[in-house]
Amino acid sequence: MITLNVNGRDHQVDSDPTTPLLYVLRDELQMNAAKFGCGLGQCGSCTVMVDGQAIFSCVTPITALQGRKIKTVEGLGTIDRPGPMQRAFMEEQAAQCGYCIPGMMMRAQALLETNHNPSEADIRDHMRTNLCRCGTQMRILAAVRRAAGYMREAKGTGQEQGTKS
Amino acid sequence: MSALKSIAAAASLFGQTPGDPEPAAHVEAGTGPSRRSVLVGGGSLVVGFSLFGNQALAQEGGQNGGGEGTGAAAHPEEKAPALPGSLKTNPQLDSWIRIDADGAITVFTGKAELGQGIKTALSQLAAEELGVEFKAIRLVTASTGVTPNEGYTAGSHSMQDSGTAIMNAAAQVREILIGMAGTKLNLPAEQLKAENAAIVAPDGRKLGYGEIVAGQRFNTQAQPTSKLRDPLNFTIIGQEIPRVDIPGKVTGGVAYVQDLRLPGMVHARVVRPPSYGAQLTAIDTSAVEKLPGVLKIVRDGSFLAVVTAKEFQAVTAMRALQVAAEWQERPSLPNQSTYYKTFRSLPSDYRLILDSHAPTAPAAKTVSATFHRPHQSHGSIGPSCAVAHFTGGKMTVWTHTQGVYPLRKALTELLALPDEQVQCIHTEGSGCYGHNGADDVAADAALIARAFPDKPVRVQWMREDEHGWEPYGSAMITELSGSLDAGGKIVDFQFEVWSNTHNGRPGPAGNLLAAQYLEKPFTPAPPTPIPQPEGGGDRNSIPLYHIPNAKVVEHFVKTMPLRVSAMRGLGAYMNIFSIESFMDEMAVAAGADPVEFRLRHMEDARARDVISKAAEEFGWSSWKASAPGRGRGFAFARYKNLGAYCAIAAEVEVERETGAVRPVRFVAATDSGQVVNPNGIRNQVEGAIVQSSSWTLFEQVTYDNTRISSRTWSTYPILRFPALPDTVEVHIIDRPGLPFLGTGECGQGPTSAALANAVANAVGVRVRDLPLTPNRVKTAIGV
Ligand code: FES
Ligand code: FES
Repeated sequence: MITLNVNGRDHQVDSDPTTPLLYVLRDELQMNAAKFGCGLGQCGSCTVMVDGQAIFSCVTPITALQGRKIKTVEGLGTIDRPGPMQRAFMEEQAAQCGYCIPGMMMRAQALLETNHNPSEADIRDHMRTNLCRCGTQMRILAAVRRAAGYMREAKGTGQEQGTKS
Repeated sequence: MSALKSIAAAASLFGQTPGDPEPAAHVEAGTGPSRRSVLVGGGSLVVGFSLFGNQALAQEGGQNGGGEGTGAAAHPEEKAPALPGSLKTNPQLDSWIRIDADGAITVFTGKAELGQGIKTALSQLAAEELGVEFKAIRLVTASTGVTPNEGYTAGSHSMQDSGTAIMNAAAQVREILIGMAGTKLNLPAEQLKAENAAIVAPDGRKLGYGEIVAGQRFNTQAQPTSKLRDPLNFTIIGQEIPRVDIPGKVTGGVAYVQDLRLPGMVHARVVRPPSYGAQLTAIDTSAVEKLPGVLKIVRDGSFLAVVTAKEFQAVTAMRALQVAAEWQERPSLPNQSTYYKTFRSLPSDYRLILDSHAPTAPAAKTVSATFHRPHQSHGSIGPSCAVAHFTGGKMTVWTHTQGVYPLRKALTELLALPDEQVQCIHTEGSGCYGHNGADDVAADAALIARAFPDKPVRVQWMREDEHGWEPYGSAMITELSGSLDAGGKIVDFQFEVWSNTHNGRPGPAGNLLAAQYLEKPFTPAPPTPIPQPEGGGDRNSIPLYHIPNAKVVEHFVKTMPLRVSAMRGLGAYMNIFSIESFMDEMAVAAGADPVEFRLRHMEDARARDVISKAAEEFGWSSWKASAPGRGRGFAFARYKNLGAYCAIAAEVEVERETGAVRPVRFVAATDSGQVVNPNGIRNQVEGAIVQSSSWTLFEQVTYDNTRISSRTWSTYPILRFPALPDTVEVHIIDRPGLPFLGTGECGQGPTSAALANAVANAVGVRVRDLPLTPNRVKTAIGV
C-alpha cells in the first residue's frame, strides 16, 4: 500500500509501486483531468504538480510520491467554483478539443504559484514542454496571462488564490 | 454536452451516470427501444408540418462530408434534393427536432464535435430560429439509430450540411407551432409571435411549446423554403456564446471517450506489428498469461491484443508480448531519399481537371517551379481510443470516429453482424484533423470485445501506434508553369499534381487497420479519387484567379507505399502552398507587389474583400523590415473554391546563420458567409494558422526501407511554444443571410504559402520543399 496525497486528501493505493502516477490517478482514483498523450515525457498532457513543481505523471512511478503533495486540475476548483486558472481558460475560450488543456493548466499553475508576474518569454519558455496539436497556443498564453492577473489581484486583496492543497 | 449525454444515456444502461454536470439525458441514445416508441410512450411529440416560407439558404458545394469515404453510409442518398443542407438526405423534421410534452427541446445532428465547437454553433442556430433561449436546446450528436446519417464530419461541411438543416428545420417547426397555436387560440398565424419558447397572442395569451404539441403527433417532411428570421433581428446567431464543452474540460469532467468508465470495464492494448505487412510467425504467451491482471490474450492471425483488469497492466503485458512475438517483416517501403522520384514513376491515372482556352496577348515571360510535400501526420495529442461492449449478440462502440454510420457499416462487415446489432456512439476524443486512428481503434476494441464478451473493453493506442499506424496525409509533388504578357498579366497557367488518395476511410472493412491482419484478412478498398468540385489530391488545384488559358492535371497514384487518408484540407494544403508560392514568383517576374498582383487577377468580389482586408490590417502598403532577416508574405485561397475565403499576411524572422524561421505575426481575413459564432471562427482560424505553421516549418514522416521511424514526438517534432508568433489576428467579414461556408480548413493552405513567401522576401531565396527546415533554408541561402 502506498499513500498518495492528492489535492489535500490521502488515498491508499495498492497498485504496483512502479505504476506511473497517471494510471493511478485515472484508473484507481477515477480522475479525468490528467491525460495520456505519449507516456514518454514528451507532450505534457499528463502534467500535474508535485510539491509545487510541474511533473510528467506518465513517467513518475507512485513509489516516488509517498508523502508528497500532488495537485491536479481537480484541485484548482470545480465547475461551479472554478479557480483563477480555470476561469481564465474559460474566459479566453482557450480550448479546441481541449485534450492538452489540463496539462497546460497545471504547467502554468506551477509557474504562477512561484511567480505572479512572469514575462511573456518566461511563460513561453516554461510552457515549452507541453504540446497542443489543435494550435490553441495563442489562447493558452492569453489565459495564462489572465490567470496571472487574477492571482496578482487576489494577492493584492489578500485573498486565497484557488484551492490550496 | 451532447456527447456526454450520449455517454450518460448509454451508461445508464449499466446503471451508472458518469459525471455529466447537466441533468440526466434522455434514454434514447444507446438504448434498445427506438426513439419513436420512446416518444409515443413518453407522451412527447415529434413535430412535423407543412408551410410555405419565403427564404431559403441555397447551398453550394458537393457531397455531404466533403465527398470523403465510400459507399452509401458515407454518402446517404438524397431523398429530397430540393431541400436545404442535410434535409436533402434526412427530410423528416422529426429526425432533427423533438419537443417533449414538458417543453424540453432536443435537437439531433449527424455531425460530431471534434473540438471545432459545433455543439455550440448548431445549438445557436436552433435556439435562434425556434425562438428559445440558447440554454433551452439539448443537442444530441452523431449516434447510429438516434441521429440522422450525415456521412462524415469532414471537409468543413458541418455548418453547411447540418447547420443549414437545423436552421431550416427549426424555422419550419416554429411556424408550425404558430399554426397550431393559432388553431387553439382561434387566431390567424400572422397575429402570433414565437417568443421565449411560447407562442404569444396580441392580447397577451401565451401557449408554451410543450402545451401546444402535447398529445399530438406529426410526421412531416421539411419544405424547400423556410421563413427564416431576418439576420438584422438575430439575437443568438452571431453572438460569442461561450462553448458549452469548455467548463467540463477545464475542471476534470468526463469529456472524452478516454474518460469513459463503464461498470466492469476492462482494458486492452494491441500489439501492433513492427512494420507494414509484418506477419506474426510465433509467440509463446505462457509467461505473459501469468502477469498480474491479465484476463485474456486475443490472437487472430497477426492481430494480437491483451485484455487486463487495469490499464497499466495492459501496457506492461503488451510490452512483454512485444518481446515474445516473432514477426516476419518485409522491406516494403521505398528509399526515402529518392521518394519523390519513385513516386512520380509509380503507375497513375491521368485526370484532366481543367483545360480552358481564350485568346490573349502574347506571352513575354514564362516561369516554372516544382514543389514537394512529404507525408505528414495528424499527430493527435491523445492517442486514439474506443470502448466496445459485446453482449447478447449486440456490439456497442463508443468512438471518436468522424462518421458513425460509415464506421458501423465497416464494423458490420468486419464482424458479420447486421446493422441493427451494431451501434456506434460518437464520444469526443482528442482533436483528429481528419482520418486518424479513430476508426482503427474502434475496430480493435470491437474485435477484442467479441473475443471477450459481456464486459466493456477500453482500448487506447500508444503514442508509437498513433504515429506509426495512422493514415498519413499523402506526399505530393506539384509542377507549375505560368506565362505573363508584357503588361504583367498571366496569360497561361499549367499545373500538374502527383498524389495518392486522400480518402482511405472506412466504409469497407478492409480500410480498418486490424482487418488487414486477421487470419482471414480483409483487403483495403482500391483507392478512388474524390471528384471535383471538392476534389481530393486536386482540391484547390484550380486557381480562383482569372487566367485565360489554364490546364490542370492530377496524376492519381494508386500505389500507396505508406498508409494514407484524409488530413485536414486534403490536397488543398499542398496545392495552395504551390499555387500561392508561385503567384509570388510570377509577381516577382512581373515586377509587381504580391497583393496588387493577386488583385489584378481576381474578379470575385468577396475574394478581393478578404485580400484587401488582410493587407490593410497587416499594414502591407507601409510595411518595412524592422530588422535584417525580417520578411513579409501574403497568400489567399477560397477553400475548395466554394467554401470559406481566407487571406493571410505573415511576417517572419529568418536567422541567416542557422536558417531557422520564426513567424513573427499573422494577420488573417476570412469570409465564411453568415457568422454564427465569431469566437468559434477565430478559434478555428487561429488554430489552423498555428497548426499549418507547424506542418510547414517542421513536419515530415520518416522511414527506412521497412519501418516508419518517426514514432514519437522526438522523431516527429512539431511546433512548441517558443516557435510561436508574437501575435495572430483574425478579422472576420460577416455576410448576414448568406450561406454558411465552413471554416475548419480554410487557413491551412494560405498559412503555408504566406510563410514561404515571407521567407523568400526575408532572405531572397525560395524554398519549394516542405517542410521549410533550417537546413533547407540555410542551403538555399548558401551559407
Ligand atoms: S503523456 Fe506524459 S508527457 Fe506525454
Ligand atoms: S486543444 Fe486540442 S490538443 Fe490542445
